[in-house]
Amino acid sequence: MAPRASAVPHRLGGTLAYAAFALLAAVLAGALPLSGYALNILMQATTYAVSVIGLTVVLGLCGQINLAQAAFFGIGAYAVGLGTTAWGLDFWLCLGLGLGAALVLGGALGASTLRLGGHYLAMVTISFQQILTLVLVNWIPVTRGPDGVPGILRPAGLADGQRYLAFCILALAAVAYAVWRMPDTRLGRAMRAVRDNELAAGVVGVDVYRTKILAFAIGALLAGLGGGLFAGGFAYISPDQFTFAESVVFLTMALLGGVGSPAGAVIGTALLILLPEWLRFMKEIPGLYLALYGLAVILIIIFMPVGIWGFVGARLARFRKAAPAPDRAGDLVLARAAPGPHPALEVVGLAKHFGGLKAVDAIDFAVARGGVHALIGPNGSGKTTTLNLLSGLYVPTAGRIRIDGRDVTGLPPHARAAVGLGRTFQNIRLFRSMTALDNVIVGAERPDNPAGLADAGALEARARAALAFVGLEDRADEPVASFSYGHQRLVEIARALAGNPVLLLLDEPAAGLNASEKVALTALLRRMTAKGLTILIIDHDMTLVRDVADRITVLNFGRRIADGDAAAVLREPDVIAAYLGEDAGQGGAGRAEAASPRPDLAPV
Amino acid sequence: MDLVPQLLFTGIGIGAVYALVALGFVLIFRATNVVNFAQGEFSMVAAFLMVVFAVDLGWPYWLSFLAALGGMAVLGALFNLGVYYPLRHRSYLPVIISTIGASILLANTTLALYGPQPQVLPGWFETQGILAGGVFFDSQYLLIIGVTAVLVAFQYWFFEHTLVGKKLQATSQDKEMASLLGIPVAGMIMLTFVYSAVLGGIAGILVAPVLFVSIGMGSTIALKAFAATIIGGFGDVTGAIVGGLALGVIETFGAAYISVPYKDALGFLVLVVFLVVRPQGLFGERVAEKA
Repeated sequence: MAPRASAVPHRLGGTLAYAAFALLAAVLAGALPLSGYALNILMQATTYAVSVIGLTVVLGLCGQINLAQAAFFGIGAYAVGLGTTAWGLDFWLCLGLGLGAALVLGGALGASTLRLGGHYLAMVTISFQQILTLVLVNWIPVTRGPDGVPGILRPAGLADGQRYLAFCILALAAVAYAVWRMPDTRLGRAMRAVRDNELAAGVVGVDVYRTKILAFAIGALLAGLGGGLFAGGFAYISPDQFTFAESVVFLTMALLGGVGSPAGAVIGTALLILLPEWLRFMKEIPGLYLALYGLAVILIIIFMPVGIWGFVGARLARFRKAAPAPDRAGDLVLARAAPGPHPALEVVGLAKHFGGLKAVDAIDFAVARGGVHALIGPNGSGKTTTLNLLSGLYVPTAGRIRIDGRDVTGLPPHARAAVGLGRTFQNIRLFRSMTALDNVIVGAERPDNPAGLADAGALEARARAALAFVGLEDRADEPVASFSYGHQRLVEIARALAGNPVLLLLDEPAAGLNASEKVALTALLRRMTAKGLTILIIDHDMTLVRDVADRITVLNFGRRIADGDAAAVLREPDVIAAYLGEDAGQGGAGRAEAASPRPDLAPV
Repeated sequence: MDLVPQLLFTGIGIGAVYALVALGFVLIFRATNVVNFAQGEFSMVAAFLMVVFAVDLGWPYWLSFLAALGGMAVLGALFNLGVYYPLRHRSYLPVIISTIGASILLANTTLALYGPQPQVLPGWFETQGILAGGVFFDSQYLLIIGVTAVLVAFQYWFFEHTLVGKKLQATSQDKEMASLLGIPVAGMIMLTFVYSAVLGGIAGILVAPVLFVSIGMGSTIALKAFAATIIGGFGDVTGAIVGGLALGVIETFGAAYISVPYKDALGFLVLVVFLVVRPQGLFGERVAEKA
């Protein structure tokens, strides 16, 4: 939900400095004379922070809420607690069991709900949290009920409290480093894409459902790890440490520090564990604490949605040295449309009914390889519905869709992207908190990209080449939210091009562009087809359609009324009538929306 | 006494409470496209207001009732201004988190002011109830069922047959268009929050004599009501009512025949089954986002 405010330590030096700092902290924790009180505070902060970093992944990176973080924390803690006492198992084995249980339960819980909206997820996680508390309290033969589990053991060699703390600090440092690097991995980019725009992520080739489940499971796993370490640290656990109130505490920690980065998680955890210690008097009134936490959540969300680290990090970023400018971007290579036996796209008897409305009514058409095919028709003729059927956003009522000879009718959007379908949207759908480059890299990462991008360097080079192709290589590292409307449209096209599609769908690319931008768009389309790309374009702008289209399919009221060579189609009386109304001769246009294309429809 | 009809009656009584809270959920969801996670706290706060007025201050029951509902109207307005309105142009996630924060704030402020001991609120009637045909009809449950029926009828009439109701419907369907037509959208949303708070308050006051008045009652009721809306179909008024009643009955039978401590878990199981098998609920339609 918050833009990622931190840069990844690209340079080896930064990583080494970080490792040295973590080692130093661990050595100090092991060697300094700590009071029992200080040891407890540090132990709690360290293990909690691991769990809060889980929220960085699920909420910060992937934009999915989890209000059961304390439940997963509890699962890890009870695995270690019961395992080392009642079952007599080795600490490491118990920790592994706890991690496994948290991962599996997290994945299963996510799988049941993540296809649906965020509201469901919030309520289902709250419910899960309540159930777990019920089970911990009531299933006395196994969990020992409200009395809790005493006498939890630590692993051999780490029995001493300070040595164990040093180990926990190293574990926290490792987890924080992994999550710090995560945004620039393939999975991390997919998560950010899902967070910013689920629909576009799917169309670009990200398996949205799988990505969300992974994020949710990783978040649960980290909570389980934190909980397991917590149980070893305190030697005693009870159900009241893993209630919904604690889930809220975890959430507040993540939001206060900044949910976009593990640094924020650590800051938020440290503050909310230390502050109450300094303000002990508040503990005398039950409820006052959590009331303030609740208030803090509202105030942070309204006034400081990026949290402390997000706020500070954005200011620090100004002083950071800009990354060295990359070499001149290479030329964009697109695989030529090979003259195969199949057309790029084949649509047979495609229909979509919304109740009684036949938005698309059994249409057939084929898009041959190479060149521009236009799909036109008055407003309400079914063009956008057709496009949504093609990219898998709607399930057709009847009919088949074949791309490059493969039947994709039953496939979800991301699987169609893998077959080679690229698309842009009429109302631009970019990943708004990401840079232009990251947007395009997500496109280049589409499964089975024929450009065959082996490593991160090749991926970035391809993304830069695609941006250069649309003329935006100089702004590659800027966030797309700062781009003009026309430039955002170009980034969307570059994102699709980077995936090297067999067929590119352009949904009204000229909408909202001014005259000179339209001229540039026409030139861009010509350059794309010159590279051998096959394009299916929908647009109202008849000048553009006449300039670029080789073939045209015309829809009206959900039916195909013309199909064929562009010049011939535009001369057909049915087409002119559909656009201008039956009595076109008297100038009385039947459909208001036909007003703009009218002047261009004069004899071609 | 016959057990099955007795359980059925109790189940419908408790289900009517879930239905009332679920209606509040649905109204706010339809007006703002956001689930209000503090809806259950409206019930809890109203029950505590009732305890303060009717028990602590000794006011007549009807006067306490009106005063508590007045308090809920004010709370609904403040809630809109402080929790929803500043975030109205952001995505749903910040709003969800904000209402969760509000739920925690309300529950724990009440805890800080009133302490952790559960309170007892007497019922509206002196008589416990009547025995008829082997079933004991508890007077409070009869009241709950009656009030729910009246409120549902009122709501139907209000939305379908009054101008304000139609403006509210227009607002929930398309805010931009509604505002172009001169409907005061901000005012309509304010009205929704006030009405939902009062509705949740009525549910809380009605159920208080049956349960204890406790800090946790809000979140318990809210979870059930949410499950009811999913069972019924999100955003659908009929669905909320049917879902609420169904859940009340399932839960009552579950407690009698399966396990008392885990009766809350049963509601959750039904919820998950519906999410997996029929996420659009009994009455809802599957809606896809438009590209």
